[in-house]
Amino acid sequence: MIINHPLLGPRDSEEFVYLGSADLINRPTNWESEEAAEDFYQYLYIRENIAGDNRELWYHEQGDQSWLVVTRCTLTHEIKSVELAQDVSRAQGRSK
Amino acid sequence: MSKTKYSAFKVLKEALTGHKGWEPAWRDAEPKADGYDVIIVGGGGHGLATAYYLAKNHGITNIAVLEKGWIGGGNVGRNTTIIRSNYLLPGNEPFYEMSMQLWENLEQDLNYNAMVSQRGIMNLIHSDAQRDAFMRRGNAMLFADAGCEYLNKKEVKERYPFLDMDNARFPIQGALAQPRGGTVRHDAVAWGYARGASDLGVDIIQNCEVTGFNIENGKCLGVQTTKGDIKAGRVGVCVAGSSSRVMAKAGINLPIESHVLQAFVTEGLKPVMDNVITFGAGHFYCSQSDKGGLVFGGDIDAYNTYAQRGNLPVVEDVCSGGMAIMPMVGRVRLLRMWGGIMDMSMDGSPFIDKTDVQELFFNGGWCYGGFKATPASGYCYAHLLATDEPHEVATAFRLDRFRRGEMIDEKGVGAQPNLH
Repeated sequence: MIINHPLLGPRDSEEFVYLGSADLINRPTNWESEEAAEDFYQYLYIRENIAGDNRELWYHEQGDQSWLVVTRCTLTHEIKSVELAQDVSRAQGRSK
Repeated sequence: MSKTKYSAFKVLKEALTGHKGWEPAWRDAEPKADGYDVIIVGGGGHGLATAYYLAKNHGITNIAVLEKGWIGGGNVGRNTTIIRSNYLLPGNEPFYEMSMQLWENLEQDLNYNAMVSQRGIMNLIHSDAQRDAFMRRGNAMLFADAGCEYLNKKEVKERYPFLDMDNARFPIQGALAQPRGGTVRHDAVAWGYARGASDLGVDIIQNCEVTGFNIENGKCLGVQTTKGDIKAGRVGVCVAGSSSRVMAKAGINLPIESHVLQAFVTEGLKPVMDNVITFGAGHFYCSQSDKGGLVFGGDIDAYNTYAQRGNLPVVEDVCSGGMAIMPMVGRVRLLRMWGGIMDMSMDGSPFIDKTDVQELFFNGGWCYGGFKATPASGYCYAHLLATDEPHEVATAFRLDRFRRGEMIDEKGVGAQPNLH
C-alpha cells in the first residue's frame, strides 16, 4: 500500500507503524468524572471494527515521525484520503 | 438419513460393487417454518462442532446451523492445520488441553477420517532468556497434563540436521516440544462434524446469510435471513472473521479488530520434516503436508482489514523467517498463498459467553488460534447454550473481562490487537 503523505508525498506503508482506529485520538479528558472508568473501558477496548471506509492512525516511524489519519477501505485496501493527525485533532477542538 | 458407517470393510465392499452405495455425508436442509430450539449462526468448524455436541451431549436436536456460503468455506479451510496445547496461562491451558484430548478421540467419536496426526510440535529456543520462559511454559503444560519435553541443542540437531543451528543472529539453543501436538486435515473436521450433527437431526442450511436479529424487549426471538425470518429459542453466533459485522446487527460492539493472516504452501518435496517446527525469534511455523508441500505462516498484516488477501511485505517477512532457521527452503518455489480474516481480541484470547441481549450468545475472538480450539470450543459453547453455565475449562472467556481487568494476555502486550 502507498500512503500519500500530506508533507512528503507518496510513501510505502512499510515505513509506517499501524496503531488502530482514529477514535483513539478521542481519549477521555476527565479522568475524575463518575463515568471515567466506563469511558476509558470503551475508549481502550471496544472497537467499531468497520467493514468499509475506516479512519485509522498510522505513525511514520521511518520517516518524519508524524502521526497521520488515513481513511482506507478495509474491504479493498484502497486509501481514500490522508491527513495530519494534528490537524484532525485540532479541528476537533483538542490542543494538539 | 440412514447413517452409513465408514470402515475399511465398507470401502472394500464399495470398491467391489462399483461405488453405488455411498450417500451424501450430510443432509442439506431448508429452514423449518416453526423455527428451532437453537440456531447456530456460522457453519464453520466451531459452529458445526457446537451443533454436534449440543445434540450428542445435551440431547438438543431441534437445531439449525445457518451458513452464509458453504460449510467449511471460512477459516476452518484457510488455516495451517496445527493442533497443540502449549499455552501458559491458567485461563487458557486447561481449555486447550481439553481440546487436544478431544482431537485424540475425534475420529473414533465421529467415525470420520480427519487425518489427526500427532507428529509433535517443536518451538525453537534462541537465547537463555527464552529458555527460561519456555521452561516456565513447559511447567504450566505439565500442570495441565499436556505433556512436554525439553530438547537440548544436540538433540534438535540430530532430529533436524537442516536447521541453521549456528545462525549468527539467532542461534538455535534447544527446543520445547509437545509430542502430542501435530496437524489435522482441516476440511475433514468441518465435514466430519457436519456429518455427525446431521445424523443426530441437526439442519445444516447453506447459502443462508443472517441479515439481522429479531430482538424485542432485550430478548432475541430469532434471526432475519436471506431465506426469511427464522424463530429460535436461543441464538448462538459463531462467525469468527465476521464477528463485529454480525454482532453490530444486534447493536453490540466487541473488543475485536479484524486482521488478515496469510498462509503459504510450497511445491511438493520428499519427506523432510516429520514435525511442526516454529521459529522462536521471529514468527514462522511450518509443517509438511502428506502431499509433500511445506505449509507455513507467520505474522498478521497488522492493519484492520476484511479482505481475504494480504500484502507482499508480510510475505517477505514470513519467508525470511523461514530462511533464518532452514536455509534449505531457499530454492523451493511457493505454490500457493492465501489469507484468512482473524478476530483479533484485545488480549489475544477468545470469548465464549452470553451477551447483554437475552438468548443471544457469542463465540469468537480466536485470533489466529481458532483451528486447534475447534473441538473444545464447540464442546464448551454447547455446554453454555444448553445449561446457561460456562464449562469449567472456559470460565475465563468472558466478554466483560476487560471491564473487570481480568485479561488473559499470553504475551503481555496489552490492548494492541495487531501485536497478539
